[in-house]
Amino acid sequence: MTEQGASPVVRLAGVGKTFGAATAPVVALADINLEIGRGEFVSLIGPSGCGKSTLLRLIGDLTEATGGTVEVNGKPARQARLDRDYGMVFQSPVLFEWRTVEDNVRLPLELFGHDRASQAQRAQEMLDLVGLTDFAKRHPYELSGGMQQRVAIARALAFSPSLLLMDEPFGALDEMTRERMNSEVLSIWQRTGITVVFVTHSIPEAVFLSSRVAVMSARPGRVTKVVDVDLPRPRGLETRESPRYFNLITEVREALRGSDGGSSEATLASPERTAAEGGIG
Amino acid sequence: MQALRRNIPALLILVAILVGLEVFVRSANVKAFIFPAPTAVWAALVSNWNGGYNIFPAARATLTEAAGGLVLGTALGLIVAFSVSRFPRSRDTILPLAVAINAIPIVAFAPIANNWFGILSPFSKMAVAASLVFFPIMINVLRGLTDVDPSALELMRSYGASPGAVTRRLRIPNALPYFLTGLKVATTLSLIGAVVGEYFGGLTDTLGRVVVGAASALRFDITWSAILVVALVGMGMYLVAVAVERVLIPWHPSVRGDQPA
Amino acid sequence: MQRSPDRPPRRLVRRVVSFVVFIVAVLVAWEAFKLLAGDSIFVDHQKVWDPPLKVWLASDVNLPHVWMIWNRTMAPLTSGADQSLGGYLVSQAVFTMRESLTGFAIGGVLGIALATLFVHFRLIERAFVPYVVASQTIPIIALAPLIMFFTGHNASSVIIIATYLCFFPVTIAMLRGLRSYAASRRSILWKLRFPASLPYLFTALKITATASIVGAIVGEGPGGMQEGLGRALMFFSQQYAISPEKLWASIFVTAGLGILFYLAVVAAEQVVLRGRSQAAFG
Repeated sequence: MTEQGASPVVRLAGVGKTFGAATAPVVALADINLEIGRGEFVSLIGPSGCGKSTLLRLIGDLTEATGGTVEVNGKPARQARLDRDYGMVFQSPVLFEWRTVEDNVRLPLELFGHDRASQAQRAQEMLDLVGLTDFAKRHPYELSGGMQQRVAIARALAFSPSLLLMDEPFGALDEMTRERMNSEVLSIWQRTGITVVFVTHSIPEAVFLSSRVAVMSARPGRVTKVVDVDLPRPRGLETRESPRYFNLITEVREALRGSDGGSSEATLASPERTAAEGGIG
Repeated sequence: MQALRRNIPALLILVAILVGLEVFVRSANVKAFIFPAPTAVWAALVSNWNGGYNIFPAARATLTEAAGGLVLGTALGLIVAFSVSRFPRSRDTILPLAVAINAIPIVAFAPIANNWFGILSPFSKMAVAASLVFFPIMINVLRGLTDVDPSALELMRSYGASPGAVTRRLRIPNALPYFLTGLKVATTLSLIGAVVGEYFGGLTDTLGRVVVGAASALRFDITWSAILVVALVGMGMYLVAVAVERVLIPWHPSVRGDQPA
Repeated sequence: MQRSPDRPPRRLVRRVVSFVVFIVAVLVAWEAFKLLAGDSIFVDHQKVWDPPLKVWLASDVNLPHVWMIWNRTMAPLTSGADQSLGGYLVSQAVFTMRESLTGFAIGGVLGIALATLFVHFRLIERAFVPYVVASQTIPIIALAPLIMFFTGHNASSVIIIATYLCFFPVTIAMLRGLRSYAASRRSILWKLRFPASLPYLFTALKITATASIVGAIVGEGPGGMQEGLGRALMFFSQQYAISPEKLWASIFVTAGLGILFYLAVVAAEQVVLRGRSQAAFG
């Protein structure tokens, strides 16, 4: 899916992030080098504390790198944020409970000064895209967790960004809903051609969705291995049952185990966001 | 229907108390000036409604004072809350300070208000009411403006939203439920402020003066009827606030009727 | 923004300092206001300063100079008296405090008992809780003069008023607190339920501390008692035109009493809820 030779959407060079006072620094990330090309679907996976969420936030300029450079679309991350180059989906939907579903999707369009008519049209299109057309006038509390997350995705795509950042968006959902959401995300990705950076703690999810999986280690966070996922597309139920899928899962799992001395399975079972991983600023 | 059935025990108690009081007072021949029967209280209310102690005009005057104080105190509370919210680091010093100041018995302000604005002026009572209303409004709105989901703030940051946009589209709607909670408390307080202010002196045709006047004349049937009216006015104001809440934030868990775990 | 949590002593010091700063700021603002918009200042019958504006609120009658209030407080209560005004006010404050504290304590115990009863017997709860809740919307203070007339102009009446004001908030807070720990009704679990309800209890106590003083003052003042801060407030209010400093001194003492009582409850809360960091307004 990568266009060879085209400039990368995301470029991380020697990126590091250290938290805390000078006396007791916490090195969350050290020397991250990664390039993500146009239209790729890249997952970041690793044990708790490996800094994957922090890395995502660095890309989105929600926190600043203490070392190295972060470039999005050839610009510094901060400029990309101000230029609204990306949309973000968090672990919880973060919908405004006082707004209807439709108005939630319109939020970024209102902020960016689009006129009312195009706001309404765009919101409608997005809700169609995620299959929630009938729920436009409802309030978030009337929707299930999975549906709310779909609204969040619709909102993130509303202004047609070139990059989509997703931070464990399906972590709070049950397995079946999650698998369904995975298929939906893939179908949206295919229809829009957007570039996706996806943080997850689920190996099957990472392998199923991605073109590449970046495996990270903890303390300090590094990218230890990048696994090319060469499963054919479009991917569906058959993919989940193919031998190549299981091989890739094993490959990722072993890369994870190698990266933190064998305790990865235990930590992956419980998604935790430690202060280092999810720290704000 | 469900709500009605749930409230039957309470209604029964009310009826029982009223009936019991009536029977007790009549049979035990309790001297009326100590403890009037409910029927006597009702009679006193009716006969003093527009004559005698003028309970209806008094109620109107007191309600005006309470409402005026409510508006004034709310306006001041909003202004201060918005001002403090612009300096987020000040919040942690200001808030405990405000709570400590709130511990000052505002009743101490009543004599001063009477002296400043004139003992017979409704404004002196409005001032007392406003001083009681100010804190719950200010504290609640400040909380609502600053207790925002950090993820929501991140979301707005990801949009490159200006602080003004964040205030307008996130902080203010977020603060609305908090404000309404404060408002519900404030309605009762505004009435207390007005009545207590009147206790320290005021026009004769105000509920506080009726209570004091009737009590010192040992007309306890009238005293109780005035108190009853105060209670009803208080409940009325509170219910208006609840109705406003229902209209403004129907989506809020507390309003849409979710049972807590 | 990761902020390292302030250790309690540092936070306490910061709060005390900010409070003191606030007091000083208020006094400075007070005098500054008078300097700008009050009455002219004379020293030895010579006009020393003429304020540029004239706001009625800043006149020497409405807003006496801070040092005038202080001087009057230190001066004898009445000419020839042994006790200073300050001494008198403190003794009245003690008197009021005794009533408030009694009402506060009885009201608190009553509230806890009532909540316990309600939690155990759902039928009783359903019969009475609507009144408990409704009473929050009724200005109970309306009953104060009545109670004073019923039961006599003495301290016991005031205690009744204070108690009445104190037990409803405690009942409601305890109801929520006891229930915050979902458990069946076995008595062993009281070991868990009561401690769990303590934070809620203290939230209510911080309110009833002030309420008990308000109740006491309203009982004393309009209720016509011969002693107490309420009486002092009423009495000096009548003398305001002649000597406004006396009323202001009484107000400051009353404010001080309220704050002291409140801080005592906060301190008790810190001791009892050791370590459980409680937001000051929580």
